[in-house]
Amino acid sequence: MPPLARRNLFHDKVRLTVTLTGIVFAVVLIVVELGLFVGFTQTTSSLIDRSGADLWVTSLHVPYVELGVPFSERKLYQVRAVPGVEAAEKVVVRWTDWKRPDGRQESVQIVGMNPDTALAQPWNLVAGNVQDLKQPDAVIMDDIYKGKLGVSGVGQVFEIGHHRARVVGFTHGIRSFTTSPYVFTTFKKAQTYANLADDQTMFILVKVAPGADVNQVRQGILANVRDVEAFTSHEFSRMTQFYWMFTTGAGVAVLLAAALGLVVGFVVVAQTIYATTMDHLREFGTLKAMGAPNSYVYKVILTQAAISAVIGYFLGMMVSVFVVHASQEGGAAILLPLPMAVGIFFLTLLMCTGAAMVSITKVTRLDPAMVFKN
Amino acid sequence: MKPAIAVRELVKTYTEGASVVAAIRGVDLDVYPGEVVMLVGPSGSGKTTLLSLMGCILSATSGSVRIAGKEVGKLGEKELPRIRLQHIGFVFQGFNLFPTLTAGENVELMLDLKGVRGEAAHARARDLLEQVGLGEKHASFPSDLSGGQKQRVAVARALAGDPEIVLADEPTAALDSKTGSNVMEMMRRLAHERGRAVAVVTHDSRVMRFADRTVRIEDGLIAKKRPEFALGLAAGDASLAGQTA
Repeated sequence: MPPLARRNLFHDKVRLTVTLTGIVFAVVLIVVELGLFVGFTQTTSSLIDRSGADLWVTSLHVPYVELGVPFSERKLYQVRAVPGVEAAEKVVVRWTDWKRPDGRQESVQIVGMNPDTALAQPWNLVAGNVQDLKQPDAVIMDDIYKGKLGVSGVGQVFEIGHHRARVVGFTHGIRSFTTSPYVFTTFKKAQTYANLADDQTMFILVKVAPGADVNQVRQGILANVRDVEAFTSHEFSRMTQFYWMFTTGAGVAVLLAAALGLVVGFVVVAQTIYATTMDHLREFGTLKAMGAPNSYVYKVILTQAAISAVIGYFLGMMVSVFVVHASQEGGAAILLPLPMAVGIFFLTLLMCTGAAMVSITKVTRLDPAMVFKN
Repeated sequence: MKPAIAVRELVKTYTEGASVVAAIRGVDLDVYPGEVVMLVGPSGSGKTTLLSLMGCILSATSGSVRIAGKEVGKLGEKELPRIRLQHIGFVFQGFNLFPTLTAGENVELMLDLKGVRGEAAHARARDLLEQVGLGEKHASFPSDLSGGQKQRVAVARALAGDPEIVLADEPTAALDSKTGSNVMEMMRRLAHERGRAVAVVTHDSRVMRFADRTVRIEDGLIAKKRPEFALGLAAGDASLAGQTA
């Protein structure tokens, strides 16, 4: 087939630029919004997903990790006694106050754990190490929030919950979905900072022994420990994600914005492909007069749309990768996992070919006798 | 000899609001292989409508159109393109070349519709352009060609499908006298040397001499021969065969 579609597309550089701009705009908007959604979703549950635990034991009726309710730490020993439990540790996750050097208060989420185990440890450490938390009043925070919390470096002293705290290390990229950064410390210090009683914990994290069935261990905990619930990490992660993304409406807003990007892109692309088709209407009429079936003409129009989609997608992705990279230094990470990138390619293709259908409708009704009108 | 095109009692009406306008009001006409038939007449007389009906671009309101012996008058929108593709080549007043394709690609487009592709299409397009004296313009875009050259490319494209019938609508209207004559000479050779049935709608009295037969259309009918009309025609105005009053 002579390259009619390609030539038509590249013939008018201005229109091509407008078409590609529309597609690039749509692709970037979709990547940013969906990437934010994915980033937010992962952020809400990152503490659970990276905890290394198989089970989270909580008080009754805890809907997500930030809403833990204190319970007696003596249940730890009951949990450890359940067959199949390899390790169990007390963990605190609780809101408290951080006092900056300038006197301003910020809210933080204190995460207290045992530095000698593998459960609920901070990750991506870029300064200090977990064992440094054994020093008096030691805390580790994420360097993204240095500005927010008024921290300039290791060794600075602050107040958390009206108690002395000293920064001994930094992680990088541990974001909080809320405006309250995670601050890691030992379980004992966390009890102090979070104003918990000495015999209380918020969660018990369980590592199941190799070969043991997670669900059986869970049932064992529920049978042997009163007034607690036990969730697999996957369940608790989904509960937390669902709460923040859908119960609060935050995720719906982001998804709506992504849908809006798709609609805006569709309209821009439909308009430009329609205009391109109208520009070449006489040629399509000639094609039909020559005996081309409608399907042949559709093929030309759809090919134009597909070429636009492919070029627009790759240009859009180039911009998107830059945006995604830039976002890694901010408080809201935009993520672009490979399956999402592939999905957006097909979405772009669908958007462009769908937009082309608008002009195909016009061509279907085209009277080939128009070729005799000058 | 069987006619390449045979129309009988052909009627075409259009609805404009509440009124019905008859563009063609009962035409009988045969066009034979090897002849050039000129369709002449005043603007709005129905010449182009008749050409469109003969070319299966329009469907008749009533009457019969036979192309290469096959009745096509009752065929639907899906079948007519196939008939056009198989039997008819078109040459238009405005050339209707694809501006984004080269001369060669314009011809190859027709070949592509006929299922000829790749190197075979390339060679055939070049051959056709050489036949119309434009072999060296194979890679030129229409914007780089003169009016006469464009129309010759259009003729080459019309011939690419190897049609028995060539229908031309004012093929010389946008051309100067000499170029128009060259194009019409090409049409005449198509008919006489290659046995194509050629029907040409024209207002251009300069090219009447290329006609084997001239048919005058007035008010949607084939007009009776009138002396003043006959005087204005060249020797090719042999008869008004198939006329209806």
